[in-house]
Amino acid sequence: MSTIVRLQNEIFDPGQESNAFLKDETQAGAAVTFTGIVRSNAKAPITSLTLEHYPPMAQAQLEGFATKASERFELQKICVIHRYGKMLPGEPIVQVMTLAPHRRAAFEGAEFIMDFLKTSAPFWKKETGINGEVWVEAKTHDDDAMDRWS
Amino acid sequence: MKVLYFAWLRERLNRGEETVSPPKDVTTIVDLMDWMAKNDEGFELAFEKRSLIKTALDENIVDHDTPLGEAKTIAFFPPMTGG
Repeated sequence: MSTIVRLQNEIFDPGQESNAFLKDETQAGAAVTFTGIVRSNAKAPITSLTLEHYPPMAQAQLEGFATKASERFELQKICVIHRYGKMLPGEPIVQVMTLAPHRRAAFEGAEFIMDFLKTSAPFWKKETGINGEVWVEAKTHDDDAMDRWS
Repeated sequence: MKVLYFAWLRERLNRGEETVSPPKDVTTIVDLMDWMAKNDEGFELAFEKRSLIKTALDENIVDHDTPLGEAKTIAFFPPMTGG
């Protein structure tokens, strides 16, 4: 089992990351890649998104979720990339990749990590639009999504 | 001990971190919040709705009734919105 957790300010290329993740893997039967993207909204467009984070805790939490996921779903490899700082609509924010012998484990492992990440990793989003800045509020359906794994 | 603030809490308080030396009778996170609110009006306003505030002791998320123990760092922040 190998786990990579990367926190970075720089933009990344989702396809390139996915290819690097799969390179030389011959024992796995399934890989899942989830990419979270900065979303604007036609009614209230945003010009940028800024992510604040608590660096040591974010790193530790993400490594912890990855370990839990690998034990629960018997994953062969996990990679989590999460950005912080300022980003633009259409840019990737987060990418979670899982590798497993079969598809169900790869799908569920990626979803498990994302559900925990949404509610329990110390990141905070602030949207900037024509009317100024607003901190994004936490959503209860994200809590519900996490609770279903308990 | 070192106190960290994040997101809108940091903006409301106008600072990201500070060092505090609470008296001995401040033993839990609730005690610390009470003590800080008593000494700082800005803190009282920022922490108006305490149920919305999450806390981490030495980078572990804990409930407000948790003892401070030997923790070196406490972080206060709103619910997380990553991903």
